[in-house]
Amino acid sequence: MSWIDIGHIDDIPLRGARLVKTPVGCVAIFRTAEAEVFAASNACPHKAGPLSEGIVHGGKVTCPLHNWVFDLNTGEAQGADEGRIATYPVRLDAGRILLDGHAVGKRSAA
Amino acid sequence: MAQKLIVIGAGMASGRMLEHLIDAAPDAYDITLFNAEPRGNYNRLMLSPVLAGEKTYAEIVTHDDAWYAARGVTCRFGEKVLRVDTAARIVTGEQGALPYDKLVIATGSSPFIIPLPGHDLQGVIPYRDLEDTEAMMALGAGKRAVIIGGGLLGLEAAAGMAARGTEVDVVHIMGHLMERQLDEAAGYLLRRSLTQKGIRVHCKANSKQILSDGKGHVRALQLDDGTELPCDLLVMAVGIRPSTALGKAAGLEVNRGIVVNDQMVTSDPDVLALGECVEHAGAIFGLVAPLYDQAKVLAQTLLGQKATFVQKELATKLKVTGCDLFSAGDFAEGEGREDIVFRDPARGVYKRLILEGNRLIGAVLYGDTGDGAWFHGLIKDATDVGEMRETLIFGPAYQGGPAADPMAAVAALPRDAEICGCNGVCKGQIEDAINAGAGDLGAVRARTKASASCGTCTGLVEQILGATLGDAFVLPTAQPICGCTDLSHEDLRRLIKSQELKSQEAVWQELGWTSRNGCHVCRPAVNFYLLADWPLDYVDDPQSRFVNERNHANIQKDGTYSVMPRMWGGMTTPQELMAIARAAETYGATVKVTGGQRIDLLGVRKEDLPAIWADLNAAGMVSGHAYSKGLRTVKTCVGSEWCRFGTQDSTGLGIALERRLWGSWTPHKVKLGVSGCPRNCAEATCKDVGIVCVDSGFQIGVAGAAGMDVKETERLVDVRTEEEAIDWTVAFIQLYREHAKYLDRPYKWVAKVGLDWVKETLADAAERQALVERFDLFQSVYQKDPWAERAKPEAARRFHPLADLTLEAAE
Repeated sequence: MSWIDIGHIDDIPLRGARLVKTPVGCVAIFRTAEAEVFAASNACPHKAGPLSEGIVHGGKVTCPLHNWVFDLNTGEAQGADEGRIATYPVRLDAGRILLDGHAVGKRSAA
Repeated sequence: MAQKLIVIGAGMASGRMLEHLIDAAPDAYDITLFNAEPRGNYNRLMLSPVLAGEKTYAEIVTHDDAWYAARGVTCRFGEKVLRVDTAARIVTGEQGALPYDKLVIATGSSPFIIPLPGHDLQGVIPYRDLEDTEAMMALGAGKRAVIIGGGLLGLEAAAGMAARGTEVDVVHIMGHLMERQLDEAAGYLLRRSLTQKGIRVHCKANSKQILSDGKGHVRALQLDDGTELPCDLLVMAVGIRPSTALGKAAGLEVNRGIVVNDQMVTSDPDVLALGECVEHAGAIFGLVAPLYDQAKVLAQTLLGQKATFVQKELATKLKVTGCDLFSAGDFAEGEGREDIVFRDPARGVYKRLILEGNRLIGAVLYGDTGDGAWFHGLIKDATDVGEMRETLIFGPAYQGGPAADPMAAVAALPRDAEICGCNGVCKGQIEDAINAGAGDLGAVRARTKASASCGTCTGLVEQILGATLGDAFVLPTAQPICGCTDLSHEDLRRLIKSQELKSQEAVWQELGWTSRNGCHVCRPAVNFYLLADWPLDYVDDPQSRFVNERNHANIQKDGTYSVMPRMWGGMTTPQELMAIARAAETYGATVKVTGGQRIDLLGVRKEDLPAIWADLNAAGMVSGHAYSKGLRTVKTCVGSEWCRFGTQDSTGLGIALERRLWGSWTPHKVKLGVSGCPRNCAEATCKDVGIVCVDSGFQIGVAGAAGMDVKETERLVDVRTEEEAIDWTVAFIQLYREHAKYLDRPYKWVAKVGLDWVKETLADAAERQALVERFDLFQSVYQKDPWAERAKPEAARRFHPLADLTLEAAE
């Protein structure tokens, strides 16, 4: 693991998301509860809708373009839709959000 | 060798008979069908919706040439039958003679024309067939029509023509309208409702003569008291009489109609008859349900099966938009008969039940006809209602026990209860279709035709689905918002108000949401309801809004956004245009003029939104809310300021309305239009609120639509001053905000609550004022430019990525 500090949890609205640009493309950082964050691919496998703009509910996000729903724990599409988004290791340390640099294609931390 | 069958007349009864016959035994007969009208079968009952513009002729055709061709029926349309020789068993038409083994006479009826002086003038017509309907449709706006006859047919003709803008007078000889179906009080309510639609009703009016314009065309109707009602078209809708001439000439037994027995056989064993031309047990027939019963019996008789036609108690429903009327049984006053009457003038509801002993013998319902079928069932079955007499008038829901379930009422109906009057479908047929696999409304419609015509019985059909399928069917009326709750939108709105729930958490906790914090379906609705009901207590939650409203721009398919500055009433200036052009150039946007009189800048990146907003703000422009469930545009024409026809300053009024309403949140988007004259250049008559300026003031229409559905506005009120026009508009929108289901446009909401209720609520000056005040209070919190707020550096930061790891990688 190679943890990179990408910001403070309060930079992300509760039940919202922010983007991080990475070598593997845009990664969305979701905040689902007071102190719970997830990282996943920003692009919906259906028509590449920006998932960071979707409504976040429970541990899930709904794509803003055509309402596909993804579980942020597993990345699996819910209901009748089939597909999966990549998820990435992320953790909180004293309010700071740490993303695994290796997983998003970044060799070493600063 | 198949027997030869000749059918004379291609009306609704014969069409249904042929369906039964051919379905059961496709090869039993070699069939020839004569029809004097140059076409096949259509649903004559649906002529009124055609006249009113709700349906087209193509939609009411039940059997077209292809249908007959596919079934090997020889059609001789447009050819009159001259005579029938029952001894030789030969039918002679204009094009030649043809032998038969069996003959079916279905010649229907002819409209009755009162032999008033002048009845043969041009422009005097009955209301019977497509040609008559077309003559009425062709008359159009600004012309005048007089209708003689205040019965079912006459009133449907009147409403249809009035809806097309024709000025209509109805002349009725009796003291109240539809006196055969309604009592005086219900007749009065009906008259009031028609008068509100602009139809002039003259009861107790005797027609004396029809006056000519001197060139052989009708000019006016003169009444006994000397009154002259000018008209361009005079429609006689005073009744029908069976067409029996052919049968009489053939030597068949004829009284008022061609006499048939229980098997639909005439006095000649090889000649059968059905429909409006027959007389059975002393009765003749004008409604469609018994004709369909006859069709079935006749088809079975032709196939040598034993069947018996039985006359049933009938109910009448009026198919005039906005008049909810039901009548069944006998309601005349008499010895030993008692009335139960329920009146709610404010809601325009009137119900009257007539009892004889412990039996219900008649029912008249106006304004709320939902229980009609239940009452009809009690009448038909002569049920003992002694036990429930006290609560009878409140309908099946109040009869205690399991009947509190609306499903129980329909479950209790007998199998032969008529559900769909248009197509003569009874409960048993619907149940059979469901048991054979029809699992939803669409499938039931396709198989039985129930609810496929005027649609007033849709609710009942759904209840039968529910009662038959049990748990497998969810009633759409009580559909929960989403999987997080069992509550419907309506219940949620009610509970938020009554339990004073003022936060999302309170809703989830108190109302037992099954999910942690809702989902993408319920959260935007909950957010709106809380916002609309508690503007001072609740804080808007952007995370419960769809991306467009959260980012105050429309997301496009590639993830870029479109930006649309507001143009008040469609007005702009060279300075604004230059600023828009500069912004487009700076941010690489595509420029598109929209259908709502604005300019759209397409293809802007999310990160650039705060900057382009700041630029447009600097030029004095604010967000056009082209993305919001709120006020979108007020479309205008140039009005009296520039137009030689403009009667009022429609542009000024549009701007005033837009300034008052912009930035508000509503259940769905709201679009307005203000036209300076009835030429309607701003297309105000298909908007949520559309105002048409006229010399005398402002005509306010509401509940129009030009989206998934296209619908003309209905008149809310006419007012004299601009101030009143604004007040009524604001009050209407506030009423909509307080009551509608999230994502229902005003036309859907109005269809649910009824325009009459909206009108009556808003007509109360104090209530109107209170609504305006509540709207203004809301606006004091929420009317602000979202662009300006988000263009500030603190908020603008959120439009940029949280981090950019690609840059670091390059270091």
